Amino acid sequence: MLVEFAMQHAWLVPLLPALAFVIIVFLTRPFRKLSAIVAVGSMAVACFFATLAAYGIFTNHEYIEKPLVYATRWFSLGLPGMPDLRVDVGVQLDPVSAMMLFMVSFIATFIFLYSIGYMEGDPGYSVFFSYLSLFGASMLLLVISSNLLQMFVAWELVGLCSYLLIGFFTHKISAREAAKKAFVTCRIADFGLLLGLLALQIVFGTLNLTELAEKIEHFEEYTTFGMLTLIAVLVFIGPIGKSGQFPLHVWLPDAMEGPTPVSALIHAATMVVAGVYLVGRTMFLFHEVPSAMQLVAVTGGFTALFAATIAITQREIKRILAYSTVSQLGYMMLALGVGSLTASMFHLWTHAFFKALMFLGAGSVLHALHHKADVWEMGGLYKKMPITTWTFVIGGLAIAGIPPFAGFWSKDEILVAALNGGHYVLFAMAAFTAFLTAFYMWRMIFLAFFGEENPANHPHESPWTMTLPLVVLSVGAIGAGWLGTPWYNIWGEWIKFGHPHHGPVNYGAMLLSIVLAAAGIYLAYMLYLKDAKKKRARKMAEWFGPVYRMLYNKYYIDELYLWFNHALVDGTARLFYLFDIYVVDGIVNGIGAFARLSGDGLRVFQSGRIQNYVLIFFLGVLAVAVLMAFTGPSAASLVLGGVK
Amino acid sequence: MMPFDPSALTLEMLTAVLGLGVLILGLIVPKGSRHGLGWLSLLGLLGITGVAVSMWGDSRELLNGMYLVDNYALFWKITFLLSAMLVILGCMRYVDEMGGQAEYYSTVIFATLGMMIMASAGDFITLYLGLELMTIAFIILVCFRKTDVKSVEAGIKYILLAGMSSAVLLYGLSLLYGLTGSVIMLEVSRVIAMQPVTPALILAVVMLVAGLGFKISAVPFHMWSPDVYEGAPTPVTSFLAMGSKAASFAILLRLFVAALPGVWENWTMVVAILAAITMIVGNLVAIPQTNVKRLLAYSSIAQAGYIMVGLVTASEAGIKGVMFYAFLYVFATVGAFTVAAYFYNVTGSDELKDYAGLSQRSPLMAAVMLVAMLSMAGIPPLAGFVGKFYLFKTIIDGYLWLAFIGLIMSMVSVYYYLRVALVMYRDEPVDPTPIKLPSPVAVTLIVAMVVTLVVGVYPGPLSEVVNNAAHSFFLH
Repeated sequence: MLVEFAMQHAWLVPLLPALAFVIIVFLTRPFRKLSAIVAVGSMAVACFFATLAAYGIFTNHEYIEKPLVYATRWFSLGLPGMPDLRVDVGVQLDPVSAMMLFMVSFIATFIFLYSIGYMEGDPGYSVFFSYLSLFGASMLLLVISSNLLQMFVAWELVGLCSYLLIGFFTHKISAREAAKKAFVTCRIADFGLLLGLLALQIVFGTLNLTELAEKIEHFEEYTTFGMLTLIAVLVFIGPIGKSGQFPLHVWLPDAMEGPTPVSALIHAATMVVAGVYLVGRTMFLFHEVPSAMQLVAVTGGFTALFAATIAITQREIKRILAYSTVSQLGYMMLALGVGSLTASMFHLWTHAFFKALMFLGAGSVLHALHHKADVWEMGGLYKKMPITTWTFVIGGLAIAGIPPFAGFWSKDEILVAALNGGHYVLFAMAAFTAFLTAFYMWRMIFLAFFGEENPANHPHESPWTMTLPLVVLSVGAIGAGWLGTPWYNIWGEWIKFGHPHHGPVNYGAMLLSIVLAAAGIYLAYMLYLKDAKKKRARKMAEWFGPVYRMLYNKYYIDELYLWFNHALVDGTARLFYLFDIYVVDGIVNGIGAFARLSGDGLRVFQSGRIQNYVLIFFLGVLAVAVLMAFTGPSAASLVLGGVK
Repeated sequence: MMPFDPSALTLEMLTAVLGLGVLILGLIVPKGSRHGLGWLSLLGLLGITGVAVSMWGDSRELLNGMYLVDNYALFWKITFLLSAMLVILGCMRYVDEMGGQAEYYSTVIFATLGMMIMASAGDFITLYLGLELMTIAFIILVCFRKTDVKSVEAGIKYILLAGMSSAVLLYGLSLLYGLTGSVIMLEVSRVIAMQPVTPALILAVVMLVAGLGFKISAVPFHMWSPDVYEGAPTPVTSFLAMGSKAASFAILLRLFVAALPGVWENWTMVVAILAAITMIVGNLVAIPQTNVKRLLAYSSIAQAGYIMVGLVTASEAGIKGVMFYAFLYVFATVGAFTVAAYFYNVTGSDELKDYAGLSQRSPLMAAVMLVAMLSMAGIPPLAGFVGKFYLFKTIIDGYLWLAFIGLIMSMVSVYYYLRVALVMYRDEPVDPTPIKLPSPVAVTLIVAMVVTLVVGVYPGPLSEVVNNAAHSFFLH
């Protein structure tokens, strides 16, 4: 059976793109088209296997309750103080990972396809596809890992790919800076995660997810509650960085310097949700620590609102989308924090479709307008670019939360989860964010696609390799949410932590979210489409001058970090630098000089004369004899008693 | 008395037949087609390796423990066979240019036979026979370039010094025989366990340490090795550096852990100090070297120092560390020396400065050299890192200072290893013509590189095999 085969060989899914990476780097790099075909083909086959494996998991009730784990020993060490350090590698298939496996490979396939047209004419065409394949392999490995160490390796690999791809246009200084910023910011967060993982290994003696889940249920046998809280917080620092949560969100908007397919794939649909995924995977840990859950929820809720307010004022199309990504990731974290893995993963799933769709749509626009990114300079694109426009509108309806589009169902699920958990403040924040989301998204849509045409632009529709992914993803953006409607919630049966929650259908929350979304769109319509001169919008900005400027400058957080960096880090660094060049370098150079001089000195003995060699040999024998006589336990008796 | 069972000697007999066969064939085959002898030897050794693998798990004693067949010996034999094959595969063209293929290949096979006998030796006589078979074969190989002054000088140095060290070793062995009345190791260990430690016994141990220390080029018995390594034909140097050294470690462990466990407390400190000195001297003197072969010679002294760390505790973990490291050391050494040999073929030079821009002339050669050197320096994720980890792990408890010296010296070694990398990758080549690699050389290089990488990333299977072999050591 093909399904059985796919489930037993799920490791093929990350392996195929990895092979594509190797093939492109070593063999097909000079042939551009061939490289692209290798990358797209391998990802499509991986997607095929992933689909089969996911089908197998979801149709068999057994695997929903008990994950399917295939693992093998990577290495094992006996260390003093840690008697058996065993590290496994393997694949774990359960509904969560199967869903991710399918989602990542599916979206990646279409974004790879899209890149064929988008990257046309770029000198680094093959290299781009090799990086994309490496990213695909790493992300799929991350998703499928049965072990946190293995997951961490993949986590770092996706970070590396993100760095390489953000800075792909190496000739642009801003791209290089953005890549550096992303890498450094994520490194800070990864350090926390690494500490958390080490603590888990030391305390529980394993990093296998299934074993950890069992052990943490009875954590009292291993450690104190305080330690567990610390571990949970440390582990959470990793996702804060990777998933762009406040205060480490700063890298994500800048990451839009990368090529648009990269923004869509890595910085919207897949890599940035790795943090949410990690928290979801380690839910058994957070579940035991209410304060950590609270932290996750508050961080998520705050980030959602915070990023949405910034998005209102931004002008560049990809930047607006980036802040909306940060905001939506906040939603997912919020859902996790209020204890609903179902809602979080559901939003992750729907978001991947509509956000990838919108980024690709934005890429199509940029492609047509030769990378003019300011939405105020666009307008009326719907005439020349119908496919892009209408698919983008579908994405906009989905993210705003208009039924029956995908985003409505998942956002509603999160709102209900917050409400049922008794988190009223967070509920209010999330609801207000929903209003803001609808507003800023439709502001962008009205400004860019409708209204009067800008005569300076000469847009044209993109080639089929770019529009086909748009159409396919828009189908997802419409229908992906129907898996989890409140009336027939099959999603909740599949993906859950503990028992599935079957609350009554909350029509009040549903109505509220529709009203808020519609109000946001209406407000945007009034300000940016009806009022062709945009007078009212400008007046609003003037009235709220200081607030507007603060939002436009992203709460001056980048400036704050820069100031902190200049004042404190550089200052301390200067101090350490002096220490370094005078004290440390002095010692190091001293040792180096000593090593070299003694090397020269010892060389003198190597005269090439056999007599000398023999002499040294016998001196050596003598020395060993003396040593032996004086170091052994019987040395004393030998010296005192003499030769018997 | 057990009946004599010749099937335990299958591997040795096959190897001897192969060696003789190649020698005789060399007389029959016309001069022009003698290069086929290399392939013949290779296939023969491959077959023998297959037989060796199929014998895994066999555990027997011949003639009351004179000859031991166990997984420990088998592991070493497979290691020797693999290294002989790689040396033959990687350097066929070198040998074709040198001439005398039949003698060369059969001598390599006889040296391998000597090593195999050493690995299985259960008494002093067998040990000595194997050792001398190997050494004499190597003497012939070292001065194989009969018209090259350096090669002949190296041969003379080697024969004189090896003879002297053999004399010292024999002296030690005869002292042991005098003290215990037996030459069979298991018997010797039983007698020693019942006696107090006498100065004569200590003297015997000193002689053994010196005699075998010469073979593994432990400081201060290492003086011969740079001169001989430099003068010998490069393929021979590589075989000498890994095969002869690995075989000597095999017998050193057998001798000290199986025959002399009673005096363990006496020699553990001495071995620790010798290991420390060997690491220090090998690494420090490697720094000023400008000749790649000499640099590799000193680096191989330093490597011997690391391996000796595993002897210090003489526990199962230590034995495991030694075997693991010796195995991967074979591949790193083959990689580095094959590059050097082929480079000499093309350019006629062994000087480091001529390696400038090798990465542009032959990316594979430069990459293999780099991987081999980084592995020897112990940079993860290469095999050398895992090997060093297994070795140093055993001494953390009692000999922390030695681990520190090992650590510092590994850092020092990075300096001269990376200097080679720097020259290969940064400098512009004087002569930018690309170097074309014949496929046997390329295969050797790729095998060396892949094994070094794979063992580094996924040490599990090899570690299991080595565990099994080290465990069998204590079953006699």
